[in-house]
Amino acid sequence: MATQILMPALSPTMEEGTLAKWLVKEGDTVASGDILAEIETDKATMEFEAVDEGIVGKILIEEGTEGVKVNTPIAVLVEEGESVDDAEAPAAKEEASAPAEAKGDAAPGPQEPASSVPAAAASPDWPEGTEMKTQTVREALRDAMAEEMRSDPNVFVMGEEVAEYQGAYKVTQGLLDEFGGKRVIDTPITEHGFAGIGVGAAFGGLKPIVEFMTFNFAMQAIDHIINSAAKTLYMSGGQMGAPMVFRGPNGAAARVGAQHSQDYAAWYAMIPGLKVAMPYSAADAKGLLKSAIRDPNPVIFLENEILYGRSFEVPVLDDFTVPFGKAKIWREGSDVTLVSFGIGMTYALEAAEKLAEEGIEAEVIDLRTLRPIDYGTVIESVKKTNRCVTIEEGFPVGSIGNHIGAYVMQNAFDYLDAPVINCAGKDVPMPYAANLEKHALITTAEVIEAVKQVTYR
Amino acid sequence: MAARKSAAKPNVSPEELKQYYRDMLLIRRFEEKAGQLYGMGLIGGFCHLYIGQEAVVVGLEAAAEEGDKRVTSYRDHGHMLACGMDPNGVMAELTGREGGYSKGKGGSMHMFSREKHFYGGHGIVGAQVPLGAGLAFADNYLENGRVTFTYFGDGAANQGQVYETFNMASIWKLPVVFVIENNQYAMGTAQKRSTSGEDIYTRGAPFGIPGELVDGMDVLAVKAAGEKAVEHCRAGKGPYILEIKTYRYRGHSMSDPAKYRTREEVQKMREERDPIQNVRDLLLQGKHATEDDLKAIDKEIKDIVNASAEFAKESPEPALEELWTDIYSDDVPQGDAIEA
Repeated sequence: MATQILMPALSPTMEEGTLAKWLVKEGDTVASGDILAEIETDKATMEFEAVDEGIVGKILIEEGTEGVKVNTPIAVLVEEGESVDDAEAPAAKEEASAPAEAKGDAAPGPQEPASSVPAAAASPDWPEGTEMKTQTVREALRDAMAEEMRSDPNVFVMGEEVAEYQGAYKVTQGLLDEFGGKRVIDTPITEHGFAGIGVGAAFGGLKPIVEFMTFNFAMQAIDHIINSAAKTLYMSGGQMGAPMVFRGPNGAAARVGAQHSQDYAAWYAMIPGLKVAMPYSAADAKGLLKSAIRDPNPVIFLENEILYGRSFEVPVLDDFTVPFGKAKIWREGSDVTLVSFGIGMTYALEAAEKLAEEGIEAEVIDLRTLRPIDYGTVIESVKKTNRCVTIEEGFPVGSIGNHIGAYVMQNAFDYLDAPVINCAGKDVPMPYAANLEKHALITTAEVIEAVKQVTYR
Repeated sequence: MAARKSAAKPNVSPEELKQYYRDMLLIRRFEEKAGQLYGMGLIGGFCHLYIGQEAVVVGLEAAAEEGDKRVTSYRDHGHMLACGMDPNGVMAELTGREGGYSKGKGGSMHMFSREKHFYGGHGIVGAQVPLGAGLAFADNYLENGRVTFTYFGDGAANQGQVYETFNMASIWKLPVVFVIENNQYAMGTAQKRSTSGEDIYTRGAPFGIPGELVDGMDVLAVKAAGEKAVEHCRAGKGPYILEIKTYRYRGHSMSDPAKYRTREEVQKMREERDPIQNVRDLLLQGKHATEDDLKAIDKEIKDIVNASAEFAKESPEPALEELWTDIYSDDVPQGDAIEA
């Protein structure tokens, strides 16, 4: 019986890909394990193997086609003497070639229409009339590193798979070609050791960018981040410090379970001597990363795998930077202040849109940096709206929201008409099952519910 | 690649020998004074004395050149004095005073001097090992021909990060001398109870790093081994390991009752192997110095140490505003960076 071959999901967050090249042609006989095609995901080019044996009856998607959605039929496999018309769509799981990535549910994270490009109501970050271009967060981060490496020969990037592999998440794509192996350095899988070497190199006058493949692995290196990098300036009476960036994806990706899904924002934001950035948009990713690389202090730069592929408007400027400690107001409103950062912004903005349909105008603040925090913008907003809800994916105990809530209480108590509510991830390790994972994270419905509570609707 | 024992002694001039005597004596008298001030309550917290191990740093400093770097653990007073840091500044840091190297904010375990290329003073066992390789990474990147001495103890030699560092230092050919100061006790645990295998210097062999065992009670043997190691690094051949067998006469820290070894063991080492007495004997037997010459040195050292104690007592405590300084830097990084 003829079977359809479907576009596979080749990574936990892949939704579509490019059918880069067919390695078989119609009429070829294939056995299971034969390579059928090369498929380019947002992260890498992967070889796609046949699961069944048969004859390639028809190729449905031409090579070079971009944006092929996961689960789209791309070819039909027939048996000897069979016609293409006999083809039936098989169950998705029979076709998946990569383990663990169940198709059709590849990105159960926050849903946002892929086509929409969120834009702030107004931006003080660039001059009015600046030319803009649409860019993914991934591209913006790469451009930030490349620009800073061009202007400062002391900047280098080290980490697992940053060079020849072009980055586990393709963030360092092309850097090896442009800057060479001296400045784009593949490390062994030894976070404790290479983080320490990075700190030592910073003591020695260089400006390292240490990439962690994900911040989960930085747990192995946390002694060097905190005891060696963050504290040395103080312990040396100002004689020496660690001008460097630790960066990489942070927080839940999709379906990778408890050990690979954790938001460290509150952990690092606690430490004096560190600076902490957690951008949401591509423009902020670029502007903040450039500032982070130039900063003479150790900076924790928390990215997000799900946001890597999202597109935003980025200003076309020779040298665009975003200062630390300056929040961004994405949406002005008079009824409630929503305070968030990083991927939490997707829930905040989506909730604000839905609330507007019900006549509740939310002001949405993106903190952008968590150390320093722009308290002033939050307090000014709360004085106007008299209500505040915080949104983040991290654990609820000792969260950034707890801190903002306490700060608002101490500094704007008389302006509050309702208690501050913290929307956070659930107080559980991240489960693997898709439905449980969705509930472990924050949901837009929970944000809306919290807003209704504080506005007494 | 084979690890081997070092026995060769370098030729040294009488003047150099006298200098080593002086430098080792300064460390010993300084540490004795620090112990005394600790007893008087003028020094707080942890205080790890270097008495007995003086020949290690003095021998290796004799092998170093201007611009070479050093980084060590919390038992760091000797290293600082040996690389030429001011005894007043070190002692005043021990007493937590404004005149200390870190303005009183670092303490015994956390001191630094950019001027003398001393990069700490690190309180977490083993953490200085990748930091030292990182300093060497910077030197390699900047192609400045410098070498970093990365000191750690036999206890730290069991830390995983040491082997992560050996691996990277070897594949990247970093100019770093890993100096294992084996004083035979990891705090209170004897080497044979904590460390598999007798020789630590051979642990670099699987990574392609040559190593050798050195008599750490003999300053000339240390110097000779250091010169060889430095030459190896400067020639671009990558890291080198020196396991320097030494002995600490005092407890791990001031609060260590040292019940894990006998008084006799310590006494025997002091009487038979003391590194300062050894050099004193060489100077006198070789007629390079008279008793009077040495007495003059003793007097000079005593005066320096007493002055440092006075300075450390008289220097005021840091101003309360210092609580809030040096958390973040506004400056561009200093150091040997390439002009952007």
